[in-house]
Amino acid sequence: MSQILDAYRGLRLGDRWDGAPTVVRWAVMLLVIAFAFYLPYLNILPFAYIRTDLTSSGSDWASVLFLVVVYMIVAVGLNVVIGLAGLLDLGYVGFYALGAYSIALFGSTNSPVVQAMQSKFGLSEEWAVPFAVCIPIAITMSLIAGVFLGAPTLRLRGDYLAIVTLGFGEIIRITARNLDNVTNGAAGITQVPVPPGPEIDGRAFFNTIDAERWYWLALTILILIIWLARRLEHSRVGRAWLAIREDEDAASVMGVAGFKFKLWAFAIGATLGGLAGLLFGSKQQYVEPNAFMVNLSFLFVAMVVIGGSGNIFGALLGAFLLTYLPERFREFVDWRPFAFGVALVLVMILRPQGLVPSRRRAREFEDRRHEAEEAAADA
Amino acid sequence: MDFDNLINGLDRATLDGITRGSIYALVALGYTMVYGVMKLINFAHSEVFMVGTWTVLGVYTVIGATSSSGLGMVIGATLLALLAAMLASAGTALAVERIAYRPLRKKGAPALIFLITGIGCSMVLVEVFGQVLRFFFGPPFGRVTVNIPAVLETKTVFTIPGVDLAVSNTRILIIVGAIVMMLALDAFVNKSRLGRGVRAVAQDPDTASLMGVNQERVIMLVFVLGGAMAGVAALLYTVQYDITKFDIGFIIGLKAFTAAVLGGIGNLRGALVGGLFLGIVEVYASAIWDSSWTNVYAFVVLVVVLMFRPTGILGESLGKARA
Repeated sequence: MSQILDAYRGLRLGDRWDGAPTVVRWAVMLLVIAFAFYLPYLNILPFAYIRTDLTSSGSDWASVLFLVVVYMIVAVGLNVVIGLAGLLDLGYVGFYALGAYSIALFGSTNSPVVQAMQSKFGLSEEWAVPFAVCIPIAITMSLIAGVFLGAPTLRLRGDYLAIVTLGFGEIIRITARNLDNVTNGAAGITQVPVPPGPEIDGRAFFNTIDAERWYWLALTILILIIWLARRLEHSRVGRAWLAIREDEDAASVMGVAGFKFKLWAFAIGATLGGLAGLLFGSKQQYVEPNAFMVNLSFLFVAMVVIGGSGNIFGALLGAFLLTYLPERFREFVDWRPFAFGVALVLVMILRPQGLVPSRRRAREFEDRRHEAEEAAADA
Repeated sequence: MDFDNLINGLDRATLDGITRGSIYALVALGYTMVYGVMKLINFAHSEVFMVGTWTVLGVYTVIGATSSSGLGMVIGATLLALLAAMLASAGTALAVERIAYRPLRKKGAPALIFLITGIGCSMVLVEVFGQVLRFFFGPPFGRVTVNIPAVLETKTVFTIPGVDLAVSNTRILIIVGAIVMMLALDAFVNKSRLGRGVRAVAQDPDTASLMGVNQERVIMLVFVLGGAMAGVAALLYTVQYDITKFDIGFIIGLKAFTAAVLGGIGNLRGALVGGLFLGIVEVYASAIWDSSWTNVYAFVVLVVVLMFRPTGILGESLGKARA
């Protein structure tokens, strides 16, 4: 036994995880998942201090958990774009907004689009596109937007991509604000539909009060997406992305079609962003243009990069920290953007590879640092 | 579609566009020079401009200049504000370089990280004026629009005959000021010894350092020059619009960057062409359609140019002799 322990000692956590027996890995994973599902009811001191509703002005704990998970979905999606394919997308909020607006535009009886359909086809005023149909609509809309935005811009240099995507995010928001007769403009759309479910205590299953149900729904989707993203990362497509990120010219010499795979990354990222936006809009039951300011894009990018780009668990950690901490310390609400900016600069200067980078990425950073030091020594 | 509106007000719209474009062009210089030398979008540059506008307000407040001051006071206050804004903006740009970019350069971090620290610095600077200074000193700092005294009163200097277009002293100051500053910078980069160093590093950093050009100093120089130009832009902006706000930098920065790309990033003359072009397109498009879409027009123009001519109107060439 002690020999085994010795062998384990000194290894990094990731290696230890890889070396553990399958049974242990499954057990640990199930425990973590079970704990995540139990979180809304966490009430045992001292762990309960992580709750956000300890003071009367605090925000609802389950709602915060829900938002954390939604942003985690965003971070996993953006990690595909930034962390794996190495494309800087500063307009991710555009896809997020598209997801939220798709479900609102087609699913809400308050939306001008649905009202137009009602009068055109002579449907009752209660009618709207069913929730189950709204999901593929939202996903398709974000996917199409991703391809439309990516097709002309992904051939450009990376820096241009950043600015064009930034513009895209703003265009989506301005469009939502200005197209009064489609999106209700600045007033926003109310009565965004919720997923169907049995009624409990006379309330719909997914309602505004029982936020933990929303959290569990989002968590289930997140787990599914993490699993898919892991599979993708280790597939041929995932390796192609890494190759492109490291050296696009070398990759294309080796026969990796750069543009095609970049477009794939962009489209997949857009889809996940739209899905997260759909969840957000549905939980709020209300969408308005000001919920999708450009700062949100920066927040999303910061999640991926602070956590450690290229590593899903880094992105998850980043999403957790940057969503949870501001909610936990709500009393300092005016200071949040300032603290956020300072943290962004400090973390990136002290640890440019992020808090928990993927092992491959950490080695790359180490190489680059050595190269820079050698170059400095030469000079 | 209201082409009549555009045609009837074409003279005025053109003047508006050129005024706007001059300011974009001056801010664009900072982006284009830093990009030319470091291949980096300096995301904090918009805030360098914002600091300049606050400095103008500070100078006016300290020396007590108001809209009813005498001629001597007007000239003195404007010149002093110009100098202070240039210094403050250049200092801010240099500080951003020192804090956010230099440590990363030493570590050889990838380009993405530079953008993130740039965004971080931008947020910090915005919040310094929106929150931190308000906490310590109260108003005028904070998250509201602040009026700046119109020290230089707007007066019609002459009217262009035929079209009956009134040209005011502020417009002349902005357009002439912007063009003079750009010519001076262009001459500096093309003629002086330091400017040759800048062009050398832009063309080939390694060879330049073998030839004895100090790369770090060149980088500092471009940040200082770009910052000073943003300071000039800040003064001209306050002369025209008489306001500042903690977050005015964002949209202007975005437009200026668009202008830089339009003209050909890395190309100083391109910044002028791109800025004026963008300013005029925006004003014309707002006259034809609806001004609430102004920011959308700018991006549509950017995307179209990038699709058909990714190197911009004049091409990218800070390193080339043409720059």
